[in-house]
Amino acid sequence: MFTAEAKEQLDNIIKKYPTKKAALLPALWLAQEQYGGWLPADAMREVAGYLELPPAEVEGVATFYTMYNKEPIGKHHIEVCHNIACMVRGSDDIIDYIGAKLGIEKGATTADGKFTLNGAECLGACANAPCMMIKDKYYEDLTPAKVDAIIDDLKK
Amino acid sequence: MSEQPQILFKYRNVENYSNIDVYSQHEGYTAAKKALSMEQDAIIEEIRISGLRGRGGAGFPTFIKWNGIPKNWDSPHYLVINADEGEPGTAKDRELMNKMPHMLVEGCIIASWAIRAHSCYIYVRGEYVEPINALRKAVAEAYAKGYLGKGIFGTSFDLDIVVHSGAGSYECGEESALMSSLMGERGMPRHKPPSAPLPVISGVWNSPTIINNVETIATAVPIINMGGAEYAKFGSGRSLGTKLFTVSGHVNKPANYEFILGTPIREILETAGGPLNGKPLKFFIPGGSSTPMFPATDKFLDLPLDYETMMANGSMLGSGGLMFFNEDVSVPALMTRLMHFYAHESCGKCTPCREGTSWLTKIHDRIMAGGGRHEDLDILLDICNNIGGRSFCALGDAAAMPIQGALKHFRHEYEALIPSQSLSKRIFAPLPLATAAH
Ligand SMILES: Cc1cc2nc3c(=O)[nH]c(=O)nc-3n(C[C@H](O)[C@H](O)[C@H](O)COP(=O)(O)O)c2cc1C
Ligand code: SF4
Ligand code: FES
Repeated sequence: MFTAEAKEQLDNIIKKYPTKKAALLPALWLAQEQYGGWLPADAMREVAGYLELPPAEVEGVATFYTMYNKEPIGKHHIEVCHNIACMVRGSDDIIDYIGAKLGIEKGATTADGKFTLNGAECLGACANAPCMMIKDKYYEDLTPAKVDAIIDDLKK
Repeated sequence: MSEQPQILFKYRNVENYSNIDVYSQHEGYTAAKKALSMEQDAIIEEIRISGLRGRGGAGFPTFIKWNGIPKNWDSPHYLVINADEGEPGTAKDRELMNKMPHMLVEGCIIASWAIRAHSCYIYVRGEYVEPINALRKAVAEAYAKGYLGKGIFGTSFDLDIVVHSGAGSYECGEESALMSSLMGERGMPRHKPPSAPLPVISGVWNSPTIINNVETIATAVPIINMGGAEYAKFGSGRSLGTKLFTVSGHVNKPANYEFILGTPIREILETAGGPLNGKPLKFFIPGGSSTPMFPATDKFLDLPLDYETMMANGSMLGSGGLMFFNEDVSVPALMTRLMHFYAHESCGKCTPCREGTSWLTKIHDRIMAGGGRHEDLDILLDICNNIGGRSFCALGDAAAMPIQGALKHFRHEYEALIPSQSLSKRIFAPLPLATAAH
């Protein structure tokens, strides 16, 4: 459920666009935040109700975009860019290294639900390859030592 | 090496340049104030004289777009900024928004006034949380100073800027898909002329819309400050002024750099510290992953990096993502990775691209796994020809062009991966399934 504060935020967002429908992407972002990092059916239904859109339409939009999570993910979602500028600067090794460190394969979540590891397409940090994103934050010019420090810190 | 004027990056390293007061102490908002005292047509004329062309990939002359908004148009119309930056190899807009968000805001003020738009939307890719926050802070600061909102800078002109977050999709960088996405739809491209009007006639919310890249709009700031003629003194032909380039891959100092259009590629390579650890380079991609590669030979390294030269040599300046690769990199392996990307990002709306990118990927996978057949290389080219110009938006071409470039210059690397007996095997083997079923 949206909190009163989130509803107020959403009302303010709606005012910024000529149509209510245009607030759909921002509303889904807000919903994902409210529902613990992913979009269960309830969240999409609530957004649909609020914006007066057919639920099927909201779902169609939500599933089009990769950053809306359709299932729960680990607390720390690690996304390592594997596109070409990073590939030639060792991104595959970094993915293997993190996988071994956490004991999971690419695409999996650790048993304690803390970490999910995925590959990602170009993050727009090609001059600082290899790089990764964990939740909202970028980590660049990665080396195994840097990865150790970042992950050990998040484990705390 | 020639002197490289730093026009966009002049104050790049000034501490707290993202703060409105610091920005204002460094010529900040002087161009916006100047523009607001100019006739709109006079602004567009400066942009024309400057020779500014779109920095988002296609290189379309900016003044033509701005001129396209019907004059004396009273109904709503919009300025939309493309900050989706998803083209592999391109990371310039991110630095621009992080370090100098006010330059983009100021550029939006100039462009909005020039086209008389009262609403501007900056569409930023969803992964760019840091740039989004930097922009939102800059926009809030500008509102607080009266540079945005009602009667900006004490004039009677109203302007609102909204920073809008995307949600992960390369295709949303394509302008018509971006507009669909901004309206709350799936990021699918829309019909284009001749079957539908241009965005300047009917774009977002069926209203006239100008859509420009972040760097294009930011460049309007120095152009208004220095004058179009002064800006056009740099560069030559139809490639005037400076441009940001993201130099990545096997160089010692990968980074974003500003160079005059037409700077020799070798000079850019040297500025970026030369080949990583001195290891010889094999090839480079001039303008982002969609632009065809060149071998790193003297002939190609000596080319000036500008719109015309890249085009004349079968590639494109693109978005300015210059990637260098050394002899450790296998061209087919790199292309395999890239084809997975395009197949993943194809929105699926049209058959040539949806099917074509999937086949390009499958054939590359098969070649890499040692199961390639001799005719596969011609099949790849056939598929590329079938996608090129036949797909609904330019993503299809963007997937096909790199393969055409790779096969033009490095066909031997593909051939070396194909087992030598594959040709005869294929011809003399009985036809599978279809014949067996009878
Ligand atoms: C698949 C695809 C992705 C694109 N991505 C971007 C992008 O991320 N940023 C951008 O400015 N232009 C991108 N473009 C180009 C835009 O369609 C459009 O040409 C550009 O925003 C126009 O602005 P400009 O004239 O200032 O360059 C893309 C085009 C295609 C076909
Ligand atoms: S070319 Fe590809 S991305 Fe563009 S509309 Fe067709 S399927 Fe979608
Ligand atoms: S290729 Fe990895 S950030 Fe661009």
